[in-house]
Order: sequence, then C-alpha cells, then structure tokens
Amino acid sequence: MSLNVAAFVDSLSIMGLGMLGIFIVVAVLIAVMVLLTRVFHD
Amino acid sequence: MQQILELFENVTQVTWQQAVMWIIGALLIYLGIRKKMEPTLLIPMGFGAILVNLPNSGAVTQGSEVGPIDVLFNAGIANELFPLLLFIGIGAMIDFAPLLSNPKMMLFGGAAQFGIFFTLSMACLFGFELKDAASIAIIGAADGPTSIFVANFFQSKYVGAIVVAAYSYMALVPIVQPPVIKLITTKKERLIRMPYRQRPVSKTAKILFPVVITMIAGLVAPKSVALVGFLMFGNLIRECGVLDNLSETAQNSLANIVTILLGFTISTRMQAEYFLAWETILIMCLGLVAFVFDTVGGVFFAKLMNLFTPHNKVNPMIGAAGISAFPMSARVVNKLGLEEDPENFLLMHAVGANVSGQIASVIAGGLILTLVG
Repeated sequence: MSLNVAAFVDSLSIMGLGMLGIFIVVAVLIAVMVLLTRVFHD
Repeated sequence: MQQILELFENVTQVTWQQAVMWIIGALLIYLGIRKKMEPTLLIPMGFGAILVNLPNSGAVTQGSEVGPIDVLFNAGIANELFPLLLFIGIGAMIDFAPLLSNPKMMLFGGAAQFGIFFTLSMACLFGFELKDAASIAIIGAADGPTSIFVANFFQSKYVGAIVVAAYSYMALVPIVQPPVIKLITTKKERLIRMPYRQRPVSKTAKILFPVVITMIAGLVAPKSVALVGFLMFGNLIRECGVLDNLSETAQNSLANIVTILLGFTISTRMQAEYFLAWETILIMCLGLVAFVFDTVGGVFFAKLMNLFTPHNKVNPMIGAAGISAFPMSARVVNKLGLEEDPENFLLMHAVGANVSGQIASVIAGGLILTLVG
C-alpha cells in the first residue's frame, strides 16, 4: 500500500478550515445561548 | 433426478465471500443480543447482511427484478430521508438545559470533533479519494444519521463499512474512551472537582434555542440545514409544551420505525462485493482513529483552557464528553471521575458537553459537506 503524502498535505487545509469553522460557529452559539438565558429568564 | 438437482442448483452457487458475510452478520447479531451493543442497529444490520448475501437473493436487485431492500434503500437512504426522520426523534429525546445553563461546555463539543478532520487527513494519506475520505472521517461524528447522510451525499461506495464502523464504535465508547483518557491525563487532573450550580433555564429560552441554532448553523453551513433543522425540529416539539403527543411519537414510534428500516436497509451495502475488501479493514481502523482523536481533541482543549483559567479549572475528562455519543460518553466520564474521587460528581457538566457534541457533530458534518462537496 502506498501512502499519498501529497493528498495528506492538501487535506491539512481542510482540517484547519474545518476546526476554525467549528470554533467560530461555537463562539456564536455560546454568545446566543448567553443572550437567550439572560434576556429570557424566569 | 435432473429436475431435482436443478431445483437446488442455487445451493451450489454459494461463494466463500458470501459465507464470510454470513459469519459477519451472525457476529453483529451476537454483539447486539449477548453484548447489548447498539442492538437496535446491529441486529437488523446483521440479519440484513445474511439476507443480501444469499446467492441470487430475492431481497436485492437481480437483473431487472428490483429487490425490496433496494426499493427501501432508494426510498429512504439514497435520498437521505431515513436519517433525517431519525434525527427528529433524537432531537425530541435531548434536553439541552444542561448546556443552556453552562454554555461554555459547547467549546468541548467543538473540540471533540477534531477526530473527524484528523481522520480525513489520515484517510487521504492512505490513498482514499477526498470524498471517500470525508465519508470515512465522519465516523468521528459518533452519530449514525450524520454518518449515513454525509456518506450518502458523497455517494461513497463504502457506506456499509462506514455505518458498521460508526455504530460499532458508538457502542464501544465505554471501552475505547477510558484508556485514552487515562493515557493523556494525570491523576491530579482527573481529581479536579467541578461543583455544579444549577442555573434555571426559562421555557422561552428552551423554545427559542432550536429555532436560533437552526438559523445560525444554516446560514454558516447551508448544506447542514437538513441535519440541524430536523434535529432542532424534534427538540422544538419537545420543548414547546403543546405537542406532547407528537413528541412522544417522535421519541418512540417514529424513532423505532425508522431505526428498523434504517438498519435493515443499509445492509444492501453489505453485499460481499462491496464489503469484503481490504479497504473495509482500513475503514474500521480509521474509525477507531476518529474516536480516539475526538477524545484527544476534547481533553487537550480542556487542558489548554486550564492554562488560561488557573483558578477555575475544568476537569480535562469533561472534554472527552464532547463526543456526540450521547449519553454513553457522559456516563463514562462521570464513572471515571467517581473512580478517582467518590465525591466528584461530573455528570451534569459531562452531559452539557455531551449534548453540545450532538450539535457540534452536525455542524462538523455540514462543514465537511461544504468544504469537500
């Protein structure tokens, strides 16, 4: 079985963008959750 | 005599590959019944694997005769309908209050998706085409419907192996995670206490949550709208308080019916010619890598957080609960915490991280579809 190092290197950008994308969305969701619980509280 | 021989001619057409698949099907049934590993999926899949690997099986398409399992596959899996319907049921089962009362747990849900992207790179390294690599990587979402949805979207020919891997490792979380957690944490870290102060969450916040999440996730990753939307719709009918009958149906009847059809139907991709390949073994290994590095990602993120909040430390094991395998991962982390300190109850924190993993895994799926699709 041969290893495709070039494809591995190319995929690292997807890894970086993907994790960055997740954390950006997570940050927005956290802000939204804090807002929801502060504005709408019992 | 000749006619009698012709009557039983089919028996002589069994191949060794089909016989191997019978054994694999029997193994899945055994694991589901005796070991109680995800029986709702492994038993139908195991039985289906036997069914589709009988020579000239009438259950699958033979020439111009379309088999009923292929009819179901085209009706519910090829168009991604079954996993989405199941997501309504899953959304109706989840209580997001522990997450809403402690939103920062969402960070661990995000971090614990690292295994998906790491596995994508590893799959590329081992020679899989990008779309197949993405389909394999999504095993790390630790979420059956998301795995099926993404693998099907990319029309991966490894759907059968991917689904078997996803559900098998989800059931093996109590075996896979503890040694990994113990390897990458110190005893001192595992002893960190996290007192839980329950903050009440209003009904209005619980109702608005699924709507807002859907809109945000959908705007960012439009290909995830179906996944997020169906999950959050299920949660909305749970939380609105006026659709108890629908919520009950979604959690029970709908989820059970779709689960039966899903498990049984996916077996059409477990025909020997699709399943018995060296790639299947590699996919099983990469699936394990995905789960391991999900755990590693979550734990290391918690350790990183502790560097910046030395007076309010997080028990790093909570990071491992960010994997989407709900509720097993939360229970695993709680159990590990109690083993170290019988008075350290981490369950509610772990549940918060665990439910956040459900959302984060769907977002990760959407991002994978956007970046690779």
